[in-house]
Amino acid sequence: MNRFLVPIVGFAVLVLFLMIGLNRDPTFVPSPLIGKQVPAFNLPELSDPDKFVTDADLRGKFSVLNVWATWCSGCRQEHPVLNQIAAQGEVPIYGLNWKDDASLANEWLQRLGNPYTATAFDSEGRVAIDWGVYGAPETFLIAPDGTILYRHISPMTMEVWKSEFLARIASVSTP
Amino acid sequence: MMLYRTLLILACWLFMSSAYSLDAREPLSDPKQQALYEQLTEEVRCLVCQNQTIGGSNAPLAADLRREIHEMVAAGQSEQEIKLFLTDRYGDFVLYKPRYGGPAALLWVAPGLLLIFGGFVMMRILRRRAAMPVNLDDEAESPESHDGTEN
Repeated sequence: MNRFLVPIVGFAVLVLFLMIGLNRDPTFVPSPLIGKQVPAFNLPELSDPDKFVTDADLRGKFSVLNVWATWCSGCRQEHPVLNQIAAQGEVPIYGLNWKDDASLANEWLQRLGNPYTATAFDSEGRVAIDWGVYGAPETFLIAPDGTILYRHISPMTMEVWKSEFLARIASVSTP
Repeated sequence: MMLYRTLLILACWLFMSSAYSLDAREPLSDPKQQALYEQLTEEVRCLVCQNQTIGGSNAPLAADLRREIHEMVAAGQSEQEIKLFLTDRYGDFVLYKPRYGGPAALLWVAPGLLLIFGGFVMMRILRRRAAMPVNLDDEAESPESHDGTEN
């Protein structure tokens, strides 16, 4: 029995590691920005380029920044969910329109509804790099003091909204 | 046969240049800076297509990161400063060659630890074997021998 103990334990450890490895999403990259302050930015508003959207708009209350574009199919998929969240009116959603065409983006919001309190227009993708964005859609949760609490990659769903976003807001608000 | 081979080589040759023409940017005037820029584009991972460098990817994000690095190199920033800029935003995963430190330290130390552990196990086995009495006659008479002679 004793001579089999070492190989069996070794094998069990290997299986454990492989099980964890298989259940992880290899395309998921954790954000080093979690727990840090929102990166400073100043971008024109999508529908009204004379106005500006800045990081100051995100502070002072719990807010959400959603990275989207008209070329992104996942964004089309999550759009009704964003509309639903916006209709509940608990947390304002700010948009970051990423490497997109302004007229196409405005048309998209007119056709599908506009869940965004304001949308920053990042045509060159520089602000997206500061936020560590590597795909759309991405959705950030921001605390009133400007700390980034969470980043969700892939389309938003009502389940994710409740379990990851609302739950975090509740736990931070009532420590 | 010879003709086909020549044509094939010529066809390959035709496409060779396109593999390196992703970057249409003007080379930097300082050859040192240009070398640093080229080195960095080969060391930074494209996060959209994760098994490519940003130098070898035509994803829009890779193009943006090349532009960003090009500007930083032109502004005289050092390799360390540029790498810090990237890891602050995208984490260590963005670098193909992980830095020493943090959880990645385990990756660097593990081979050495395994070597020491393996050497320790081997020494124990060899010692045990050396301590065993060597008796060839015993082996032939043991019931487990497979030499076909039943006794």
